[in-house]
Amino acid sequence: MPANKFTSSLRRMRAVATKEVRQLSRDRVTFGMIVGVPLMQIMLFGFAINFDVRNIATVVQDQANTSMSREFIAQLRATQVVRVAYTTESAAEVDRLMREGRASMAVVIPRDFERRLQSDTRAVVQVLVDGSQPTLASVATGIASMPVLARHGAGPYSGGNRLTPRRIEVRTLYNPEKRTAVQIVPALIGVILSMTMVLFTSGAIVRERERGNLELLIATPLGRLELMIGKLLPYIVIGLIQTTLILIVGSALFNVPVVGNLGNLYAAALLFIAASLGLGLFVSTLAKTQFQAFQLAFLTLLPSILLSGFMFPFEGMPEAAQWIAQVLPLTHFNVIVRGIMLRGADLPEVWPQVAKLAVFIVIMLTVAVARFKKRLD
Amino acid sequence: MNAPARTAASAAVAISARRLTRKFGDKIAVDHIDLDIPAGRIYGFLGPNGSGKSTTLRMLCGLLLPSDGHAEVLGLSVATDAEAIRRRLGYMPQKFSLWDDLTTDENLRFIAELYGLEGNVEARIASARATYNLDELRGQRAGTMSGGQKQRLALAAATLHEPELLLLDEPTSAVDPQSRRDFWERLFGLADAGATILVSTHYMDEAERCHGLAILAEGRVVAEGSPRSLMAGVDADVLEIEDADGSEAPRVLQPLPWVHGVTQLGTRLRVLADRNVQDPARKLRELLAAHGIDARITKTSASLEDVFVVATRRDPRAG
Repeated sequence: MPANKFTSSLRRMRAVATKEVRQLSRDRVTFGMIVGVPLMQIMLFGFAINFDVRNIATVVQDQANTSMSREFIAQLRATQVVRVAYTTESAAEVDRLMREGRASMAVVIPRDFERRLQSDTRAVVQVLVDGSQPTLASVATGIASMPVLARHGAGPYSGGNRLTPRRIEVRTLYNPEKRTAVQIVPALIGVILSMTMVLFTSGAIVRERERGNLELLIATPLGRLELMIGKLLPYIVIGLIQTTLILIVGSALFNVPVVGNLGNLYAAALLFIAASLGLGLFVSTLAKTQFQAFQLAFLTLLPSILLSGFMFPFEGMPEAAQWIAQVLPLTHFNVIVRGIMLRGADLPEVWPQVAKLAVFIVIMLTVAVARFKKRLD
Repeated sequence: MNAPARTAASAAVAISARRLTRKFGDKIAVDHIDLDIPAGRIYGFLGPNGSGKSTTLRMLCGLLLPSDGHAEVLGLSVATDAEAIRRRLGYMPQKFSLWDDLTTDENLRFIAELYGLEGNVEARIASARATYNLDELRGQRAGTMSGGQKQRLALAAATLHEPELLLLDEPTSAVDPQSRRDFWERLFGLADAGATILVSTHYMDEAERCHGLAILAEGRVVAEGSPRSLMAGVDADVLEIEDADGSEAPRVLQPLPWVHGVTQLGTRLRVLADRNVQDPARKLRELLAAHGIDARITKTSASLEDVFVVATRRDPRAG
């Protein structure tokens, strides 16, 4: 009899999962999103959102106008970070171009450029960066760490090194070669999974409530857990498909390798999918309409993207933000996935993060299951 | 629905409720109602919107927990045995609740799986399709169907597992008159086969077709019995005033404390007069004559609507 009970329970779960897949396959927009979201995101983050900033429109004011200063400008150009859009002799013109946003950076070479190069105490060149554009700030650091500019005391090259402009090796310092893609693609797995898993599951459950299907479902012998598992099963598969898609595109288009073990990687992905589904389930118990579910899902997504170390280095955040980040599963998954994919780590080597993810899953599912009532009230 | 169960059940009570109550916050949706619904019959809940019909049905199929009181459905408590009850009852919510993006067959197959139907499921689905005239719609998605078609599909789904008890919440509210007639034919067929049917409605003609009836108002049962006994026992005299069309008669009569209702039916006025008033016909004639209206007044028998008007009127003595 218990075996019989078990098989009929399996049968009900299978029925719910089949129905879910069938509905999904007919909802063209959602179905398209399964493939479309990862593709669009990887293209966006891989190509468009590029942290190695290039071709910054720059105005150069060369007051020295010597062969040495011209050589310095040529080397700036060679970095490809800088695109010399304007050259001018007037400081007012520099000001105006910056204010109008036509130039994002200004390089001012003083009249006594050569004399300053001999001195250890005075800055040789002044670089003005448009601070209203966030990514440019990091470029300023990059430019400042160019040996010729480092003399005023900042950066690793400060001190007594007697550097000449001929020894500037900007390219190696800035490293424009694909570093961003290598960092971004592994973390993108987590971002895309959080997006689709939380949105899809919470939406799928709330939709049934909104349309009145749930009222009928809970009047049938279908159990609470059977309903939840049946609804979540298809999304686990979808999550694995998306992971695979990102890995393939990341490797084919951006040359992002998987240094570590693929099995480990998929195990980590499964863990993270479980965490996201738990979160989605929890969201579905809070929301009454799909619109609310969408907003709530977005509410969890934004801090995940901003605080998880996906876009900004974790170390630079204020302590409060770091605490919030600790609660977000994406933070831990990013550490795991970068470890496995880029540094060839095994799951046991990133066990603290694995443990934190596991705790998150247990708590989320417990709360969601407890809140998911098989009644209308 | 097999024969022995039916004979045993026909004398039995399918649903009994005592002081059944449901509150939503401060609002009392169902207010201490008692019910005894016999098995094998069609029993109706008649009442305006917000009278507690849906809430009562939802409590009876375990979707809502009672705030107070208790109810037994098929001999099982709704508070503790909801899961067992669910296997034996079919529920059709007020809103179409099958899946718009699934076809007739897919919807029915899904329901069959949920109830764990054994044996030849496809044959049962085929027979449900035949019974509910769904053969031509078998490949059509429910979202594209008309109100009547959706309702047939919903009833087919609710009866697929041959439940002993059917709870139908305003099943004909979005359906044309012919579909309503067909629908009721099918309900009588199901009742003849032994099922107990509890149906809520706000249509008088539908209520009149039920074996038994409870009139609900503001969460209470204000009248109960067979439609015939309710009409015979109405607590008012029913009078018809002929040729009062366009006159001031309604405005004269409506404020009277002993007049419970004035309804215009074409050229006639139907007046419900308090039983305590002696010879209301003469009184009405005198009153109208004083307003210069020469009316012909006859006494007539009560309709179910009259019963409804009398039962649901606000008692002036109670707040």
